[in-house]
Amino acid sequence: MSSEENNKEMKNLLKQAIAPVKDTVLRRDLWPQMLRKLDEQSAAAIGVPWFDWALAAILGAVLVFFPGSIPALLYHL
Amino acid sequence: MELLERFAAGDLEAFEALFRQHQKEVYAWIVRIVRDTGIAEDLTVETFWHIYKSRSRFDPTGNFRAWARRIATNAALDHLRQSRREIELPNDLPSAAAADPAIRRETRERLKLAFFQLPAKYRLVATLALIEEEPYNDIAEAAGISVALVKVRVFRAVRMLRRKLHTLGVGVSAK
Repeated sequence: MSSEENNKEMKNLLKQAIAPVKDTVLRRDLWPQMLRKLDEQSAAAIGVPWFDWALAAILGAVLVFFPGSIPALLYHL
Repeated sequence: MELLERFAAGDLEAFEALFRQHQKEVYAWIVRIVRDTGIAEDLTVETFWHIYKSRSRFDPTGNFRAWARRIATNAALDHLRQSRREIELPNDLPSAAAADPAIRRETRERLKLAFFQLPAKYRLVATLALIEEEPYNDIAEAAGISVALVKVRVFRAVRMLRRKLHTLGVGVSAK
């Protein structure tokens, strides 16, 4: 049996087990969902990652407890 | 400025116009692959999100429809890869139960199971070529592969299905 015939036989079997999707019509406008996604993503892009907040907190603690390090920090900036 | 040029330049109104022009077609393509309306809606939005993110790489003289379909196919393929791990069959899966009484219910269920266990890239082309009967050219363009490779994947998918059915004790003529 050729591969064409093989495909045809399997196609028939498959179509009896899994019918083609008949209803492919989109029932609603997805633009509002798209806008929400755009808003979420832009908010996430603006948000500061937790790691940056942790670094800022560590730096603040160092400056409070070791004020002598301020000139060294300013020198390196 | 043309719509596609404005879109590539980041104009949100141009993107909205393109979204409204193409959402139905993108959805219709995805639902044929994933066979679930809710998932197809989510993947349609996901597809357009990728399109929006990649707008600067889009050539305004190019074919937006083909580009969108390629991105939609990749989104659907990613979904098939993830869903293959949980092999539960969806309840609303369309089934032509009464099509041929000669094929027993059990055989159909086994064939479904075997089909949903196919690796995602084979399931993609097999769904489009064997069930939805999309032309090989369209499948190749959407998947970003050659027509020859589509044929090879269909052939391998059929072979895998035969072997799985054989393992499950279902006889199908010819190897």
